[in-house]
Amino acid sequence: MSGTDTALLEIRDLSVAVGTDEGTASILDGVNLRLTPGSIHGVVGESGCGKSTLIKAILGLLPARGRATEGSITLQGRALLAAGQKSAAQSARGRDIGFIPQDPLLALNPVFRVGDQLREAMWQYGMSADDPQRNQPRAVRRRVYDQRLVELLRAVQLPDPEQALQRYPHQFSGGQRQRLLIAAALACGPQIVLADEPTTALDVTTQLQILKLLRQLARERGLSMLFVTHDFGVVAQLCDTVTVMYAGQTIESGPVAATMSNPRHPYTRMLLACHPERSQELKGIPGAVPSPLRAPSGCRFHPRCPEMVADCQRARPEAVSGAARMVACVHCHEVAA
Amino acid sequence: MTRFLLRRLLLALPALLGLLVLTFVLLRVVPSDPSTALAGENATPEQIAAIRKAYGFDQPLWRQFVVYVGQVLTGDFGNSIFTEQPVLGDITRRLPATVELVLAALLFATGVGIPLGVLAAVYYNSSFDHAVRIVTVGGLAIAPFWFAIILQLVFAMDLDWLPLRGRIPVGMPPPPTVTGLYLIDSLVAGRFDLLTTAARHMLLPAFTLSLGSLASITRFTRAGMLETLQKDFVAYEKAAGYPERRVIWVYVLRNSLVATTTQIGLLFGALIAGAVAVETIYDWPGIGSYAVQAILTSDYKAILAVTLVVGVIYAAVNIAVDIVHALLDPRVAEQL
Repeated sequence: MSGTDTALLEIRDLSVAVGTDEGTASILDGVNLRLTPGSIHGVVGESGCGKSTLIKAILGLLPARGRATEGSITLQGRALLAAGQKSAAQSARGRDIGFIPQDPLLALNPVFRVGDQLREAMWQYGMSADDPQRNQPRAVRRRVYDQRLVELLRAVQLPDPEQALQRYPHQFSGGQRQRLLIAAALACGPQIVLADEPTTALDVTTQLQILKLLRQLARERGLSMLFVTHDFGVVAQLCDTVTVMYAGQTIESGPVAATMSNPRHPYTRMLLACHPERSQELKGIPGAVPSPLRAPSGCRFHPRCPEMVADCQRARPEAVSGAARMVACVHCHEVAA
Repeated sequence: MTRFLLRRLLLALPALLGLLVLTFVLLRVVPSDPSTALAGENATPEQIAAIRKAYGFDQPLWRQFVVYVGQVLTGDFGNSIFTEQPVLGDITRRLPATVELVLAALLFATGVGIPLGVLAAVYYNSSFDHAVRIVTVGGLAIAPFWFAIILQLVFAMDLDWLPLRGRIPVGMPPPPTVTGLYLIDSLVAGRFDLLTTAARHMLLPAFTLSLGSLASITRFTRAGMLETLQKDFVAYEKAAGYPERRVIWVYVLRNSLVATTTQIGLLFGALIAGAVAVETIYDWPGIGSYAVQAILTSDYKAILAVTLVVGVIYAAVNIAVDIVHALLDPRVAEQL
């Protein structure tokens, strides 16, 4: 976890506000995140913590009334988003950024063949940044792309990969459709893959298979992945590093092993305690994530925090950074690597 | 698919029989006696009674119906009182004119209505969307017979840009018959002068007829698009880097067209009904104006035959709509 200047994806102080009829909602507030090449970075937090908005911001697909008020997103040195400017992510979607959606049952278009949908991004961007096929006639490209897709479908362990392209989405199971979507995310040889809770909609045994597949693909292909989940168990199985988000803020980050064995932020500790495998009794966190319309002052977690002191309400806690870890809590004055 | 078609065709038969029964009964409960019409203006009561007996009008209604259906099944639709020709011949001569008019109207309504609906949905709640809504409400509200007269006044009488009535000028020989559709036949014959003439005659009636369908198709497409745009797969397609235009005009539109095609099938009935008024005003020699003439002269054989032909066309169009459904949506195809 060294080399501070080799970030593949770097998000700095990103704040996103969305206009609603009741006022402006602060969905993301000073989010910091870095992802080093070849690693899997988990983003974990309860529902409503802004994880999905973070993904949308990277993809440049914020809702119509949403905009970045502060900060920046850089992918391999190229600015995808700078505060107040139009997102430059449009040309990165599909090409530099592969995307695995949450619900594979709803993500594929029901009336088009799988092949038509999986080829779509390749027509636009080719198979990689310097694809020699780009100027070939359509029929030649199609043959090459289909070869590539069949190879990818084999890599994601889909049965009958040759026939799969001719079939329609409803002819596949949920797990198989997620495999199709993983293959689609890899089709153009992206620099980074964004996965938005890709196992949440699947049943438990399928979840495990998909996680194993993602881990294997990441290892074999040296994938860089940003993996959003609400489940620390998934983070433990899959990720190298993790960022914990609460109410639109990043409150702790670091290597998975260190963060999970020695969590520093009270929220991280409580989130870990919620995991049934890690504690005997079923625990929860009292209270709920605050509405982004009425974010608490100071540390946004203070209304639910058992270790709350007067300072917590006054000012947002300074982030304390070590070599690889970061914590934003008043009780934390230093973090070891 | 074959089984589906067979089943639909078999289901169409009782529907058509029902249609025939209904028309037959309705024709007889209205106070107009076909024997009077047949006998002519100066006929004595004895002559009328003789005709009534000769044509079997004195028989019970159900027996008359059985006899009629028996004749229809052998292809005999009887003679028209008014033209004194076999009704079937009259209809086959006039049907192409109506088909051409309805197809032109439908082509215009879909060709303009679908893009309008798509754009209205994409620019939802914009001034464009509002303008489309106003125009489509107008299109649905305006009575075609009134609109036809206004168009005639403006474009034929005042400006003298377009012909007032008819399919081609009186006395001009039509193109050699291949399909019976003048636009296509004159193209086949390479007669571009005739093509322009026929097209100029077609313009006002087809536009008048298309107005209601245009509005309806626009609204259905817009509603279908708005619904589809909410789907998860649209968000995924954008996130996965599909070009925006392809997402809208290919991926979203095809999902939305399912509702629109159903609507087009239903509209066909409205179009043929509309053709009755439009053909009469523009003096278009189709089965619509033929039907009006038949009704005015109590020409019951002609009325029955026109009703049956229109019923057959309507049934066929709606079977075609189901096939288009299956082509648009593979899940529907699997259920056929």
